[in-house]
Amino acid sequence: MFKFSNAMKPAFALALVPLLFAAQSSAADKYPGVGRTATPAEIQAWDIDVRPDFKGLPKGSGSVEQGQVIWENKCASCHGTFGENNTVFTPLVGGTTKEDIKTGNVANLKRNDYPGRTTIMKVSSLSTLWDYIHRAMPWNAPKTLSNDDVYAVLAYLLNLAEIVPDDFTLSNSNIQDVQKLMPNRNGMMRKHAMWPGKSGLVTATPPDTKNTTCMTNCKPNATVSSTLPDYAQTSHGELATQVRPFGQTRGQGAAGGTPAKTAHNPDYALAEKSGCTACHGINQKIVGPGFTEIADKYKGQDVTSKLVTKVKNGGSGVWGSMPMPPQTDLKDSDAQALVKWILSGAPTQ
Amino acid sequence: MAKNEELIPVETPEGLKKPGRIQKAPENFLTPTEVEQVTKGRRDFLRGSFMAAVAAAVTGRNAFAQDASALVDAKTGDPYILQPQTWATTLGKGVATAPYGLPSKFESDVIRRPSPGLTQTTQSSVSFSPLQSMFGIITASGLHFERHHQGWYDIDPSMHRLMVNGSSPEFVKKPKVYTMDDIMRMPFVSRIHFIECGANTGMEWGNVAVPTVQYTHGMLSCSEFTGVPLRLLLEDCGADMTKKFVLAEGADGSAMTRTIPMEMVLNDEVLVAYGMNGEMMRPENGYPLRLVVPGVQGVSWVKWLRRIEVGDQPYATKDEAVHYIDLMKDGQHRQYTSIQECKSVICTPSGGQKLLEKGYYTISGLAWSGRGKIKQVDVSTDGGVNWKRAKLETPIQSKALTRFSLPWNWDGKTAILQSRAVDDTGFVQPSYGQLRAVRGTRSIYHNNAIQSWGVAENGDVSNVQVL
Repeated sequence: MFKFSNAMKPAFALALVPLLFAAQSSAADKYPGVGRTATPAEIQAWDIDVRPDFKGLPKGSGSVEQGQVIWENKCASCHGTFGENNTVFTPLVGGTTKEDIKTGNVANLKRNDYPGRTTIMKVSSLSTLWDYIHRAMPWNAPKTLSNDDVYAVLAYLLNLAEIVPDDFTLSNSNIQDVQKLMPNRNGMMRKHAMWPGKSGLVTATPPDTKNTTCMTNCKPNATVSSTLPDYAQTSHGELATQVRPFGQTRGQGAAGGTPAKTAHNPDYALAEKSGCTACHGINQKIVGPGFTEIADKYKGQDVTSKLVTKVKNGGSGVWGSMPMPPQTDLKDSDAQALVKWILSGAPTQ
Repeated sequence: MAKNEELIPVETPEGLKKPGRIQKAPENFLTPTEVEQVTKGRRDFLRGSFMAAVAAAVTGRNAFAQDASALVDAKTGDPYILQPQTWATTLGKGVATAPYGLPSKFESDVIRRPSPGLTQTTQSSVSFSPLQSMFGIITASGLHFERHHQGWYDIDPSMHRLMVNGSSPEFVKKPKVYTMDDIMRMPFVSRIHFIECGANTGMEWGNVAVPTVQYTHGMLSCSEFTGVPLRLLLEDCGADMTKKFVLAEGADGSAMTRTIPMEMVLNDEVLVAYGMNGEMMRPENGYPLRLVVPGVQGVSWVKWLRRIEVGDQPYATKDEAVHYIDLMKDGQHRQYTSIQECKSVICTPSGGQKLLEKGYYTISGLAWSGRGKIKQVDVSTDGGVNWKRAKLETPIQSKALTRFSLPWNWDGKTAILQSRAVDDTGFVQPSYGQLRAVRGTRSIYHNNAIQSWGVAENGDVSNVQVL
């Protein structure tokens, strides 16, 4: 190794740093130039998962009382004030008892006649709820709750499920204790043939069904145990138009039947195409008010331009606190047409 | 309709006549006066009626409902042959008229459809692939079934990132961020695999609930996927490959997460995929990046993939602890049920369809297994009393759809069509009776029972269940 004069040293050292770095990284990397090291801030921003052992759970706390305020503003419009609503999503709360909290098995899950299964009846790990609320709620504005908000909302939900008392404050330091109260904490079974690894996560068994390839006279006769119920015959629209109109078969109803229904009202089609109907029913509230409810409210008033502005810019407070998101992609002419259609009573045909 | 039935050619000689396939003509196809003239022998009306039929085909679908043979003139033959047609006598369209090609306008009935009433929003919902109208094993990308949890976005690929890190810092020595440029420079593989939602056929656990194969089995698609084996990315980050799990996370609102076993990463099955059927992944399917986990239910194929975490414990994510858990008879839920077991379904003929006449048909359907290759498919036309071995189209690939077919002469009597698949582990697809005996009827997920289609004497095919 030769020596440089002192005068050259700083310049050389500066030049050498990137060279060394590059040489080092190509020696370590199989794919030089591909990808870069993630910064701690980047990892912190995206690594948000919380495991059943609560690894990943950020510090924080929130009370039932605080949770109720957030709930009523941001959650109740879909889930109902008491988490019981099934209009938009499956109910969150209901179906569990004090006894379940003792045993860790929800007794109603054994009943064939029990209608529906709420989230709190099924979930065994409290971490799942914290993680999911934090990453995906509220539904139309995911990842906007603070950590303390998440603790508060979860505290309120647990209170609705009668797992924690009214004056409870949930925090990272007591969440493990609440886990021990989860009504279905012992309700998961990991012994089956359907996990594709050998990691010990699941105790592998042979497949639980054991059919054979019998080819002749396999049973005395074939008995039909179930047929399509009458209501389901038409529940999926005109079957005649759901299969290619040539080939081996036709769709049922094509033969001399009534012609396929004429298209929807074009403005109704526009409402569907523009995504309005995801949140607004024709007559009933889904997330936002039903169209005919809007028409009734403004009957006899000249509100077209006001509502067009509201559609374009979004808003909240008139029909509840669930905000209507701004419809920035909607053309002005379409917004006009939609508002006029809504105020005319939202005819579908 | 009687008047239109009279339209069916008088004096039709044998050979041209196929009365069984004739469907009653739609209303207004010919006016009563025209019908009268035809019955009086005015043949020139036939050509006019064809013009009407062609016009109807352009705007609607009724032309095809009218069987061609019904319009064949006994003495001369088929006007579509005898009369020069527009497409044969005028100049057609130029290249790149459709810079991105679309299906024929006559294929407008072949679309994905939601199941009305299944969900209250379109953003947390499903649309089903029209299996009844598809051929072979590859799903046309525009017909691939959709399942979104919080809506979909068309993400700008220049803004999309994939991060690899560890649940503990020591699990991944050099956590990294990759752009699409980075990922597409890596070594790639292309493989054909099926993807099936764990809840496919879920509506049918207790009884028949939906009319057609689109709704019973349409949360099923199969594509050629191109991407980087996840193992290469993990090794590039210095990951500890002895850890048992990886977590996959999406970039969408739901930030979907699922636990994936490291074994499937180590054997190079798990891909970080950007290509689908020769083009980029469609936005509805996760553009620009999704995880491919062959044989495992679709929910694990995380779309808009933004992060992979190497971990030493499972994650019990929302779709591993609230949904995608299988309720058994004793009130316990099976957790981490991921494999889609061996299954098959007849797509033609199938529920909601009609056989127009007696005679020859080719029964056609799909078989698949999340454990490997399809070894055998048997078809029954008597509800499972007797079976015949179906023909399998090649190539037969692991964890991919396999097309089967069987010739069938329908004698016009009632029949119950079934298919039963066997995979190369020897597993035989169960009957409804067998499946319910071990799992009850409330599981929602992983219904792989033998599907039955009842054929009535009038040719109507409908969804039925046989234990």
